[in-house]
Amino acid sequence: MATWRPDPSFYPSPRMAAKAPKETLAYVAAFDPERKRPDAIAVVDVDPASPSYSQIVGQVDMPNVGDELHHFGWNACSSCLCPNAPHPHVERRYLVVPGLRSSRLHIIDTKPDPRNPKIVRVIEPSEIAEKANYSRLHTTHCGPEGIYINALADRDGKAPGGIFLLDHQSFDVLGQWEMDRGPQKLAYDFWWHLGHDTLITSEWGTPDTFENGLVPEVLLGSKYGRRLHFWDLHKRKHLQEIDFGEEHQLVFELRPAHDPTKAYGFVGCVISLKDLSASIWTWYRDGDRWAVKKVIEIPAEPADPDLLPPVLKGFSAVAPLVTDIDLSMDDRFLYVSCWGTGDMIQYDVSDPFAPKETGRVRIGGIVSRASHPKAKNGALNGGPQMVEISRDGKRVYFTNSLYGAIDPQFYPEGIDGWMVKLDVADGGGITFDENFFVDWPKGHRPHQVRLEGGDCSSDSYCYP
Amino acid sequence: MTTFWPWLSIAALGAFHGINPAMGWLFAVALGLHRQDRRIVWLSLAPIAAGHAVSAALTLAVVVTFGAALEPHSFRLVAALLILSVAAYGALYGHRHRVRVGMRASMAGLGLWSFLMATSHGAGLMLLPAVLSLCVADSPGDLAIAGSLPVALAAVAVHGAAMLAVVAAVALAVFEWLGLAALRSAWINFDRLWTLALGATGIVLLVQ
Repeated sequence: MATWRPDPSFYPSPRMAAKAPKETLAYVAAFDPERKRPDAIAVVDVDPASPSYSQIVGQVDMPNVGDELHHFGWNACSSCLCPNAPHPHVERRYLVVPGLRSSRLHIIDTKPDPRNPKIVRVIEPSEIAEKANYSRLHTTHCGPEGIYINALADRDGKAPGGIFLLDHQSFDVLGQWEMDRGPQKLAYDFWWHLGHDTLITSEWGTPDTFENGLVPEVLLGSKYGRRLHFWDLHKRKHLQEIDFGEEHQLVFELRPAHDPTKAYGFVGCVISLKDLSASIWTWYRDGDRWAVKKVIEIPAEPADPDLLPPVLKGFSAVAPLVTDIDLSMDDRFLYVSCWGTGDMIQYDVSDPFAPKETGRVRIGGIVSRASHPKAKNGALNGGPQMVEISRDGKRVYFTNSLYGAIDPQFYPEGIDGWMVKLDVADGGGITFDENFFVDWPKGHRPHQVRLEGGDCSSDSYCYP
Repeated sequence: MTTFWPWLSIAALGAFHGINPAMGWLFAVALGLHRQDRRIVWLSLAPIAAGHAVSAALTLAVVVTFGAALEPHSFRLVAALLILSVAAYGALYGHRHRVRVGMRASMAGLGLWSFLMATSHGAGLMLLPAVLSLCVADSPGDLAIAGSLPVALAAVAVHGAAMLAVVAAVALAVFEWLGLAALRSAWINFDRLWTLALGATGIVLLVQ
């Protein structure tokens, strides 16, 4: 498996990665909300010169039903070039695909035929429970000690959730990552600042509070996650907790600056209990501590209660519901998915404390049901959700489903899946690519997108 | 002239260890880039070379001390098996280890890192055939510990000096002129070369 030269998709720095060739394929997690047919990783042709552009050209089905594929990642990435633990002769070749509901882990080989990936190993939940004591597998990242996967719960479905390690060559489960978890209990996302030896985790809730949908009492009682945790990446020790306060619920996606010398990043907070707004916060180094500051607040939009799902009727407003964010490779543009209102907003975050809106498109949305030039049905449902940016920052892809049990709480008639693409103007500004619209085959809903060779949330770097 | 080749091979191994990006020059360059300070590149070289030399010295001291207790033939056999098992372990599980030192490394942390890298990769073990041939040349037919230690320490000094010279030259060239983009194509699989070199070392000991 080892090669003589580093994998050509590894780049020492984000500046170099931004010059990578254009992606021609996207891998997209697709799941069956009814849990009756197997979930799949679909392969979407994203090469505009190809006759099958904007079509699903391949698919690998999971061996079971009911996994709920959600997030996934690569076995190896640019962090393999790091000077303190270099392993640059591993191939970026395997997709590491967890089932969020089943806790089953699939290793999928994208070679020799990238359009026809194959499952090469399935790690059953019992093995992960036995070796790492975790379940409900969520985010994966390739990093200094192998493949890191976080889990939202322990083996019994209770707190604490946490991170475990997977060998990046054999895919053996190596065990729990944390050595001292301090006060951390809830888990959602994680990532790191390799240049600052710091790992960061965010919070959602325990499976009993989301696997049958969001529980209003838990939400209104501010019992879902609202904290960030900062860890020593190498000592695996909890260092600091930051509580966003009772008003803020569901602190989700973490997007640290790609430049390893920068000590800041962005996190989205889905909802404020005060006014249903969503917010983006910047975490940053303040002396020898970490601190946070709210830098963007996206207000709820007043709406006719007749058009709202039961959960929002009483408020007569659509919550923006910022459920995903993504940061371009040059750390300049932050993309913010508003799954409730249907907006995808682009901010210039060159100054991480003073973002400026530079672009906005609307598609789907609880009330707006905005359409797309290539959509046959004139009223799309679902809204911008998992968003991924090409390494050169010129193309942005996103899909419209959040989570099987939560989708019908906000879109009661169900969600018809779609995937779209934006073109990014050089100085900012976003427009739909009118030729790119994947009308997702019925029975599956699309979730996370991973781009061939890496993207803006798959790789971390050790060199500026 | 019989002692010329062992010294040359000890120096050549220093150069081989030094040119491997995983042995320190790349870390020095990275720290210089992070802290935007050319002096950091130079300052980092000292703990990197020191950690490597201390590792080699300790390895040789332990091996030579144990070696004095064994008769030469079985000593070679034991040493060769040790080296071959380090090579095999590195090939199979070399990628699976804790990472204890990161990009905020202090100078002491860097020294520790270099020591751990050299020790776990068996850097000192690779010197063994050459050092042994010097010891035997020094006191024929016998591995007297009193005579061996100064020779071993001299070997470490030559090895360390050669390593430092190469680490410094490569770090300087990459930091000042080449840039890190060169890594993408020029970074050949040193792990594999290293395993081959260790394996060859073990075999040389067996047949020597």
